[in-house]
Amino acid sequence: MKKNEVKSQNKRPNLRLHRDIASAFFRVGMLGFGGGPSAIPLVHQEVVKKYKWMEDDEFSDVVALANTMPGPIGTKLAGYIGYRIAGVAGAINAILVSVVPTIILMIVLLFLLQTNKDIPAVQAMASAVVPVVAVMLGILALDFVKKSGESMGWKKTLIILLLSLIAMSLLNIHPAFVILSVFIIVFAPLVKRRNNK
Amino acid sequence: MIYWHIFMAFFIPGILGYGGGPSSIPLVQQEVVEHYGWMTNQEFSEMVAAGNALPGPIATKMAGFVGYDQAGILGIIVAVFATVAPSLILMIALLSVLMKYKESPYVKNLTKYIRPIIAVLLLVMTFDFAKDAWLSIGWISTLIIMIGAYLLLEKFKIHPAFVICIALIYGMVSTLF
Repeated sequence: MKKNEVKSQNKRPNLRLHRDIASAFFRVGMLGFGGGPSAIPLVHQEVVKKYKWMEDDEFSDVVALANTMPGPIGTKLAGYIGYRIAGVAGAINAILVSVVPTIILMIVLLFLLQTNKDIPAVQAMASAVVPVVAVMLGILALDFVKKSGESMGWKKTLIILLLSLIAMSLLNIHPAFVILSVFIIVFAPLVKRRNNK
Repeated sequence: MIYWHIFMAFFIPGILGYGGGPSSIPLVQQEVVEHYGWMTNQEFSEMVAAGNALPGPIATKMAGFVGYDQAGILGIIVAVFATVAPSLILMIALLSVLMKYKESPYVKNLTKYIRPIIAVLLLVMTFDFAKDAWLSIGWISTLIIMIGAYLLLEKFKIHPAFVICIALIYGMVSTLF
């Protein structure tokens, strides 16, 4: 009886909550250019300032938390915040609205390109994009190098850069193993300390 | 079988890409181009260009497109699930543990040490893509576009979507001569 009461009481606000989640993360998805990390301020705008689902402190906790885990940050934020305010359905809602519209755009755009590939002008246009992407990746790479240099010193950064270049480009070791070895190196002292206790 | 391959191709970048979606770009390239051979570098860079010109998270846009290209709608679902779910589920499941460790130096070191590795992968891709462009449109056009794109993106802070449009126009005009 009591359960039913709670359920019926929550029904209306729940629908509205889901509508709010959908519109908040739809805006984040459609306005955030440059991937998930650049969307963090947009998420903050919606979640803290507009809908007041969280305080500033909690939001920065969530961002820190999301950074402890690998994987795309935009969907981790959407999923976790959706889950926090409306359970599993909220998580699914937030992820779908932030992901689906842009996937559809992407598929339409790239298939338009593929079906018109035999036109010489289209082919030339597609080839001209490759150097731009090279530059974009290069900029991203330099940005990562700069951040590493600033956060752990240039000597360490250069050593890791050189070692991973040798491992991946010369020895052809899969990046997964190189990253996993970092896990081991970072957590080894922790395990050792625990064993000594 | 194809669904299993799609799952693995996006599961690995999803659980190893520290630093958000953009850092998973080289990891996805590794699987999609080098390992499974679903795309050429040319097609991959078209995908990255489209992904940068469109809004929204980049990792899921790549997953969605590759999934659809390989196995239709179900392919999209598998690829996006593999990208998003594992780290999200772990995050929610380990919430209390992670809360305790989110300021831990070990966790912070992890991101710090992985960043240069991703940087190397990105740099290698930069050279590969520049080489591909060199072979297909010649070194003069490649240099013009690269220097132009760098100045527009970094110096004048022009939006990537516009820079890509300018390159498209350059490509179209170059066929007239």
